[in-house]
Amino acid sequence: MILSGADILVETLIEQGCDTVFGYPGGQILNVYDSLYTHRDKINHILTAHEQGAAHAADGYARTTGRVGVVISTSGPGATNLVTGIATAYLDSVPLVAICGNVPTTQIGSDSFQEVDITGVTLPITKHNYFVGSVEELADTIREAFALAQSGRPGPVLIDVPKDVQIAKYEYEPMAPAEKEKPFAAKEIRIAEAAEAINNAKRPYIYFGGGLMVSDAMTEMLELAEKLDAPVGCSLMGLSAVPTDHPRFLGMQGMHGHYASSMAMHNADVIISLGVRFNDRVTGNRSKFAVGAKIIHIDVDGSELSKTVNAVCGLRGDVKLTLQQLIPLVNKSEKPEWQSEIAKFRREEQEYSDNREGMTPRRVINTLNKYLGENTAVCTDVGQHQMWTAQNASFKTPRRFVSSGGLGTMGFGLGAAIGAAFGTKERSVLVTGDGSFGMCLNELATAVSYNVPVVILIMNNGVLGMVRQWQTLFYNKHYSNTILDRKTDFVALAKAFGADGEKAATPDELENAFKKAFGCNGPFVIDCSIDKDEFVLPMLPPGGSMDDIIVKVGQ
Amino acid sequence: MNRYTVAVLVMNRFGVLNRVTSMFRRRQFNINALTVSETETSELSRITVVFSGEEGAKQQLINQLYKLPDVCSIKEFDEENSVSCELLLIKMKNEAETRSDIRSAADAFGAVIVDYSKDYMMFRLTDISRKIDDFIDLMRDYTILEICRTGSVSLEKGSSTIRQPINL
Repeated sequence: MILSGADILVETLIEQGCDTVFGYPGGQILNVYDSLYTHRDKINHILTAHEQGAAHAADGYARTTGRVGVVISTSGPGATNLVTGIATAYLDSVPLVAICGNVPTTQIGSDSFQEVDITGVTLPITKHNYFVGSVEELADTIREAFALAQSGRPGPVLIDVPKDVQIAKYEYEPMAPAEKEKPFAAKEIRIAEAAEAINNAKRPYIYFGGGLMVSDAMTEMLELAEKLDAPVGCSLMGLSAVPTDHPRFLGMQGMHGHYASSMAMHNADVIISLGVRFNDRVTGNRSKFAVGAKIIHIDVDGSELSKTVNAVCGLRGDVKLTLQQLIPLVNKSEKPEWQSEIAKFRREEQEYSDNREGMTPRRVINTLNKYLGENTAVCTDVGQHQMWTAQNASFKTPRRFVSSGGLGTMGFGLGAAIGAAFGTKERSVLVTGDGSFGMCLNELATAVSYNVPVVILIMNNGVLGMVRQWQTLFYNKHYSNTILDRKTDFVALAKAFGADGEKAATPDELENAFKKAFGCNGPFVIDCSIDKDEFVLPMLPPGGSMDDIIVKVGQ
Repeated sequence: MNRYTVAVLVMNRFGVLNRVTSMFRRRQFNINALTVSETETSELSRITVVFSGEEGAKQQLINQLYKLPDVCSIKEFDEENSVSCELLLIKMKNEAETRSDIRSAADAFGAVIVDYSKDYMMFRLTDISRKIDDFIDLMRDYTILEICRTGSVSLEKGSSTIRQPINL
């Protein structure tokens, strides 16, 4: 059938299995919005308050479902407002398709009103991007973008669609949803080398990241752990892949990782790394990182192998398929000595743990844990609250921790939590800070308009806590521009937006607030008071190693 | 610092050169020389880049280039396994007292005169980078009016080509 470019665009989205898109209209994308209107029974468009919120929402949707998130914006400022959202998705390998309008092809390059070279702007923060020069290419470009966003290591793809391409007419024929590139296992010889190293290991440690969930290799990973009698730990992005209370799980690694997990990795002789990229926040000083260990690294992205730390075995391939071939080559063994060392690390962690009474960050998150369902997505912004949540929240289902790990985007959380609620079709939770929340709180309007059940827990300390922590430790307590002490009344603010909210200054008030929030049929803001000098511990100082770990304040 | 010559076979579309060179920029490699041209098939274009840097960073750069959807294949060259050449055009001032010296130097290097007037002479030289450098150095003793040289183009010796399956 002959359709306009705008209709082809929307029909192709539907054909690709997309039923929810996030976005914001404008002049150069009007035709697509007209088509969204006529197709409104087949595709649900969520209007946000700002394009950045739409990008984060599509991201949260994609992270919780594993499907491609779609965000639509107009040209110029609409497109540039997506940039932070696209970069966030890029750094965390989230499958996202961003569609922008642009000025007609005849005006491209003439600095027209609301014209921006968005393919140029997003070049380094997309997996790939397209400028659609004619309506003939439109449908296939969208199909290619969907395939690319999901294939191998996922990532964002941007499609720039000039207005005359949206208007032009062309033949459209529906096709099946684009297939991902077929996953492949690593080379047999590399798998055999890895098996040999693993079979000689006395203190193996399995370290996984977000790639484990992308490859859906949780069962295989745990099978390997059982066979090897090995403990497992993860990067921030790997959280929620295995239930927090799994007996082999030691928790997160890195700058603010769990003590036992970091110690186990530091003392391991073989580190089996699955879908991770050894970010500087994980390794600290790379020359002192796990010096005694052989690193075996499995990742679908070959460029990650030996990028930052040297892997003795680099296996390029799908984690699941590679593990399926590796496991039969691995000898089953018990490692009581290693296990007793692990038990010792766990005991030490217990000793260091923060058991103070009152509104301590740990107790706040533990109280939240009581209200989390099996399937509740826990989203965060960026800062101390993010680390407290990562350390203490209890996860039961994969893909239920949604956080900007790579880019560290303050303001990510509320949009993401809205997207997560649409993705999981359930209430989601946002843990945020007063600093982060202040960045993109406009999306409260979106949550209210669509009556999105989202519990917003603001850990309010009146300061930019994470930066303050660094100023306390490394900058002579020069609290330069980190004392907010704003007069914002978050409960009144919630009410002004049409949401509900409550203050919580004591543990009892917090319980009551959670009861109300989790019974509320829409967004609910909890303004939870936290002391401004709470620390995120343990902490590996930047550029430090496990020998420099700070486990207690005043150390 | 080592000097590398890498050929990148890419889709012949607008913007692809930018995608490839931006990888060099992002990793702070300075490109010493760059040539781009269509290949035996019009859908494909070949970019030859000469740059300096560290081995590890170079390998990372190549790994990242492989990830670009528009990149079909990459080949690294060294002097032993390849034939490379560059083209130089050089304009010299034509004066009676230096004319014969310049012309005999040009003859020795195999540079040919492509334009000539009583004021100036233009030579063309095709050779490896080092020879071209040497020739220019020699010409510095006289009056150089203008120089233009291309980047290196390289082909692997033997019957194998750049169009082989990607193998990381």
